[in-house]
Formats: sequence, C-alpha cells, structure tokens
Amino acid sequence: MCSTCGCGHGEVKIGGVPAEERHEGHGDSHWHQHEDGTWHNHTHSHQHAHEHSHVHTHGSESHSHSHVHAHSHSHTHEESLTGSHGHGDRDHPHSHEHSHDHEHAPLGAVHAPEVSAARVIEIERDLLERNDAIARQNRQQFVDRGLFALNLVSSPGSGKTTLLVRTIESLRGDVACAVIEGDQQTENDADRVRATGAPAIQINTGKGCHLDARMVALALPKLPKLEDALLFIENVGNLVCPAAFDLGEAHKVAILSVTEGTDKPLKYPDMFHAADVLLINKIDLLPYVDFDVEQAIVYARRIQPKLTVMKVSATTGEGMDDWLVWLKRGVEVARTTRLNDVQTLRKKIAALEAQLRER
Amino acid sequence: MHEMSLAESMLEIVENTARKHRAQRVTSVQFELGALSHADRDALAFAFDVVARGSVAENARFEVIEVPGAAWCMLCSKTVTLAKFGEACPECGHYQLTVTQGDTMRISSIEIV
Repeated sequence: MCSTCGCGHGEVKIGGVPAEERHEGHGDSHWHQHEDGTWHNHTHSHQHAHEHSHVHTHGSESHSHSHVHAHSHSHTHEESLTGSHGHGDRDHPHSHEHSHDHEHAPLGAVHAPEVSAARVIEIERDLLERNDAIARQNRQQFVDRGLFALNLVSSPGSGKTTLLVRTIESLRGDVACAVIEGDQQTENDADRVRATGAPAIQINTGKGCHLDARMVALALPKLPKLEDALLFIENVGNLVCPAAFDLGEAHKVAILSVTEGTDKPLKYPDMFHAADVLLINKIDLLPYVDFDVEQAIVYARRIQPKLTVMKVSATTGEGMDDWLVWLKRGVEVARTTRLNDVQTLRKKIAALEAQLRER
Repeated sequence: MHEMSLAESMLEIVENTARKHRAQRVTSVQFELGALSHADRDALAFAFDVVARGSVAENARFEVIEVPGAAWCMLCSKTVTLAKFGEACPECGHYQLTVTQGDTMRISSIEIV
C-alpha cells in the first residue's frame, strides 16, 4: 500500500460486482431500451480471459511467448412489449501478445562478481505494455462500432458529471451516448447519468487512483452495444495518476474549472501534456473568481501546443454549442471510419470470392 | 499514486522472466526512467520494494538509468533538451515543442542467480 495516497489493488468493482471474479460477466446486467428511449439493464454477457506462456529452447537461445486470449461474447436482447426476444450479434475478439527475452550468460560475471552463476537477462519491456495492449483492443472495438470515445480527466469537483448530464440531455434524439463512470466509491455518478436515460456503468476503483484499460475492457460488455455513438469515460477525479494510462480513447479531454487556479496546467503538466482537448468549465462564475482564462490557456499550450480549447458553462449552457458541434463531428468521423472499414472488408471478400470462382 | 500499479506491472514482468530462466533470486533490476515520464523515481523504488516483499525479487537492487528529456522545436527545426514540461526551448525561448525522448518507463534488464 502506498504511503502517499493509500492507492492499492484488488478492490475494483464494476457495476457493483468485484472485477477479480474468475469469470467476468456471468449473470451480468443486460440492457434493453424502452419505447421512450430509456435504457434499462438485465442481460447475459459472457467473457473469458486467460493467459498462458511457454518457453521454447532452440539450442542455446531461449524464446518465450506469452499469449493473452480475451474472449467476449455479448448477446443483445431486444425486448419488445409483446415479450419477443431477439438475439443479436456476437463477437469474439482475439488478441495475442508475444514477447521474447534474451539471456546473455557471460555478462553475469561482470555484473555480479560475487556469484559466478549470476546472469544478466535483457528484458527491454515497457511497464505499460500490458495496459497499452488492452487499450489497443479497446480502441479497435471503438473503431469497429463507430464509437467516439473520450476519456474525461480533471480534479475532483471540476464539474465533469454535471457537464456530462447536460451534454447527454442536449444530444438526446440526435446522438446516442453511453457512459463509463470511474470513482473510488459509490454509484452516485452513474445514477445521475442514468437519470438522463443514457446507459451508464460504474467502476469503483476501491483504493485505486485511476482507471486502466483492463477496467474499461471489463466494463464495455456491460453496456448496450451502441453503434455510431458517443462513449464518455469519466476517469477518477485526479490530475496526476490517470495521465499514464491509455484506455483506448480517441481523446483525453482535460476539464479545468475557473474555481481552480490559473496556473494549474503548470502545476500538473503530465496531465495537460497527455490531454489534447481542454474544456474550461464554470465560465458563468468568472465575474466572482480570480481566474485568468487567457493566461490559463497560454500555460496549458506551453505544456501541450496542440491543445484544442473550448470554454463552457454546464450550468448556464454558455459555450456548449461549440462542444456539442465538436462531439457530433467526432461521432460522424467515427461512423465514416466504421463504414469505410466495412466497405474495405466487403471489397476484400468480393475479391477473394472472385478468386475462388476462377479456380 | 499510480507508482504502486506500475510497480506491480514491473514485478509481474520480473517474476515471469525469473521463472522462465529458473532463477533462484533476482539480485537487481535495471530500469530506464525518463525525465518526462509519468513516474517519480523515489516513489517507484519505494513501491517496488513493497510489492517485491516475499517474492523472488525481494531485496533486489533497484538501479535507475535516467533518460533525459528531449523535444523537437518547430521554430528552431532541431532537437533540444527539455528537462521538464512547461520549460521553453533553450534556444529560442518559445514553447512549440514536441517531446521526442524522455517518457520511457522500461525494465532494461535483471540480474539473477
């Protein structure tokens, strides 16, 4: 356990269910949409993940391969008022990771003079490689489904959830939205989002201080399988830890409210560097606080020159149009990408079928 | 403090490697840490020490190889040093910088017996 913030592991809950259960997702929630567009859950989703590794020895060189297999099945039940059930799609994403270590025995003598049997094993492996591999799978899933996924990061109390609620309400009937909520404790934020009619799943990180790609991968099958939609991932309110972890999102959106300090981007540069979009929130409070918007933007762009900046008030709605236009454009790009991918695949299939006919 | 989860990832890689090579003990871990990475050196060393207790890597020496930060300056059209985020290009004083080096968090090697 860390002495700084008490951050630890093994207490993660997704939708109230411990994430460490051996078979994730058995007997899990199950979404259906009511005629008024409201989502309710009660579903069966089914997910298996296992890893194995083996070592092959080729003469003096030894190679090891480790594979991560993730299987997820999700069944969409479209429940109508007449009680008929339809089973929708099913998918089985598979991914494999391979890594190789190389051992150099003679070097051991140089590095560990006291023990002749000491050996140096060159590893050259990134600490985040596992997270990043899962993030890539998440990203592929978003692309396949035309989801515009955003990772919302900020300090606690910057107004993320209020902004989300207002955004979802403004987009109702126009763009479908789903939310993954991350907090140490409580379902409060997911409840607030569900009150808008949008589906939301809560991840409780327990003692953890950030979401990681695996938590998102486990939460995804518990949401209805939306296509060409917005997926908001509201990270734990923390301007430090979530910066390191790619979740597979299209953008990290940092939210800075005007009740915070103007120099916050300089104080927490890792996060403002990791983000590529900055929302300055609560601008309705500017007359009452000592916050210099332009200076904050200058500071933020010192850290990340490519930042897209928007100024909003989730309470009064000021500036929300820019944000909503930006979101809709993102969903449109995601939809076009998905359709192009489908078209490319169809062309490839047609070409392969033509080849088969020629035989 | 995400260093705890980073240290857990580190131990996992170290333990898997040690097992594959039938090591009895891991005596040291060489780790490359960038000046612009997301981890604090001391916090990571402390966290690794804690998570490694009772494992094959208990009491292993934690050797950090520091990787300096570098960035491409758009205005100077060259690579310049960047000790930390928020600093200007040492040549032109502007901030049109794209990080090119220094975000590494990588185990480079371990020593086993």
